[in-house]
Amino acid sequence: MSQPSNLPRWATLWLMPVLNLFAALLVSGLVITLIGEDPVECLQLMINGAFGYPEGIGYTLFYTTSFIFTGLAVAAAFHAGLFNIGGEGQMYLAGLGVTLICLGLDFLPGWVVIPLALLASMVFGAAWAFIPGYLQAKRGSHIVVTTIMFNFIASALMTWLLVDKLIMPGSQTPATRLFAESAWIPMLHELAANLGVELPQTPLNATFFLALISLVVFYLMVWRSRWGYALRTVGLNEKAARYAGMPVSKVIIVAMCFSGALAGLAAVNELLGSTHRMNLAFTNGIGFVGIAVALMGRNHPFGILLSALLFGALTQGGLDLSFEKPAITHEMIILTQGLIILFCGALENLFQTPLALAFKQMMKR
Amino acid sequence: MDSFFSVLDATIRVATPLVLAALAGLFSERSGIVDLALEGKMLAAAFAAACVAYMMQSPWAGLAAGMAAGVMVALLHGIVSIGYNGNQLISGVALNMMVSGLTPVLALAWFQQGGRTPTLDDAARFRSVELPFADAIAASAPLKALFGHNILVYLAVLVIVVVSWVVYKSRFGLRLRAVGENPHAADAAGINVKLVRYLAQSISGALCGVAGAYLVLAQTGAFIQDMTAGKGYLALAALIFGKWRPWAAVSGCLLFAFTDAIQIRLQGSALPLIGNIPDAFIQAIPYVLTVVLLAGFMGKAVAPKAIGVPFVKSR
Repeated sequence: MSQPSNLPRWATLWLMPVLNLFAALLVSGLVITLIGEDPVECLQLMINGAFGYPEGIGYTLFYTTSFIFTGLAVAAAFHAGLFNIGGEGQMYLAGLGVTLICLGLDFLPGWVVIPLALLASMVFGAAWAFIPGYLQAKRGSHIVVTTIMFNFIASALMTWLLVDKLIMPGSQTPATRLFAESAWIPMLHELAANLGVELPQTPLNATFFLALISLVVFYLMVWRSRWGYALRTVGLNEKAARYAGMPVSKVIIVAMCFSGALAGLAAVNELLGSTHRMNLAFTNGIGFVGIAVALMGRNHPFGILLSALLFGALTQGGLDLSFEKPAITHEMIILTQGLIILFCGALENLFQTPLALAFKQMMKR
Repeated sequence: MDSFFSVLDATIRVATPLVLAALAGLFSERSGIVDLALEGKMLAAAFAAACVAYMMQSPWAGLAAGMAAGVMVALLHGIVSIGYNGNQLISGVALNMMVSGLTPVLALAWFQQGGRTPTLDDAARFRSVELPFADAIAASAPLKALFGHNILVYLAVLVIVVVSWVVYKSRFGLRLRAVGENPHAADAAGINVKLVRYLAQSISGALCGVAGAYLVLAQTGAFIQDMTAGKGYLALAALIFGKWRPWAAVSGCLLFAFTDAIQIRLQGSALPLIGNIPDAFIQAIPYVLTVVLLAGFMGKAVAPKAIGVPFVKSR
């Protein structure tokens, strides 16, 4: 996909994504100017909102946790040459899995329920990704369109379940009852309190550590396992992989299941770690953010960690910004996401030629 | 019997934007450019049409603005995919997301109505065309279903015929298909591959522009956030289902539109043996149908050979 590069590796891996990010933010700044606000002031407000005080940092890391999972989900499929846009739907179904376990087994202790809920989130997420993966591998269905359709189908399914089946008795709000407190994943400020450290109350919870572990596991699976080797080979050249005797269909299907399972874990952060019940639209676009996170992070775990943190900051900073500037709404963040996907994913080599010329010029001196 | 013609009437009205978008996708994809951005083009066009029709109090001005917006987004997709050889799938997703975010921001800034545009007066909309024998048409259900529409519906029918001719019978159509099947051979024959692809994108943008403008000027009367609601993807699915051929794609659109038209009639009415179907399931029918059709139960779809592959001139 990428053309041969004359740039040193560090420029390709670090400098170009940073330049792409600046390009995206520059265009965002132009739009902000267009609607009559000061982009520099807005940027300052966002940075302060995301990192300027302890609560802000807590919220930023909470959002980062979900974005790590959905970013890894997109990256997993990408390494197989697939483009999983269905993270939103997979996360939704995973939320259903978590909810069924927590509501159905609320008489059991937390150390039993929580692992089962984790497992259920991965299984349900994987199942929702399995179907598009199977259709792609066996029927040649266009996986992008199929996964988008599955987002819509998941939305309709969850609307029905929450409005008709799982709604709290006597309530008009489409949400389940609270999960038993024993099944709540502990908040970081609660864990810190046990150690005598005082942290502000934020939704940041222990799932954050699970996300960090997932980054390592992802690296080991994709780059340090036999399966990962097959995955990357299929992604780079499907015909060569088939000729080499690799089971291409199976690799594609497993890759999508792996992808769906990762997306599903984001539901754990949101439901078990934060709201402690399922409500309509809890996914809130997190699956789509994963696309930008993966592309900006170059589909590598370390890159995904950094870009997930960036998007966590954008989300938290954006919320603070909305308080200060009502004219700038959540949709501005969606625009910025789209711009980052455009510059980091589709125009990733935009700055390659200018940089190559600049480096060549430097070498001459 | 009246309900049959009522459904037919609704099917035609709902199918119109899908047909226009599918034919738009046909030009783009036949030239070798994957076109996920149909959704973004339609949404941008709907927004532009709503704004300009309101300010100018003219549906024709709105239509022109919609087409212009569609072409702008299409050319942006073209610059990324053709000019920079960028990833076409990612470009499509990015553009859809950008437009989805940008339109409510601008709507809020310009109209302060929470991300939507003001509702259009009748003077700024397309209404049913008064054809000859209007009284006879109004009194007859079959004739009303076929001829009781606004001008954009008739325009869409005309577009189907013109597109079929252009793609298969014109010199441009031959070049279009050539650059999509084997761009290097086309290049060797002296065809400017990039120029043909840009032209295809422009046509795609214009047709999406009409589709998006239709949603505002002939249906809702105002821009609402994310109002295209996946119609661009349904149109693309219909195109794939139709094996990238105009009339087959149109029949796919009619099928989707039919499921949408019966939605309203199914909600609240009990079917024999099944009883009431939940509303959410009925709303999901077009999307489920898309997945089923894409699974190729009508035979394997054969895409243009060079689709999604950037063209780099051989040295």
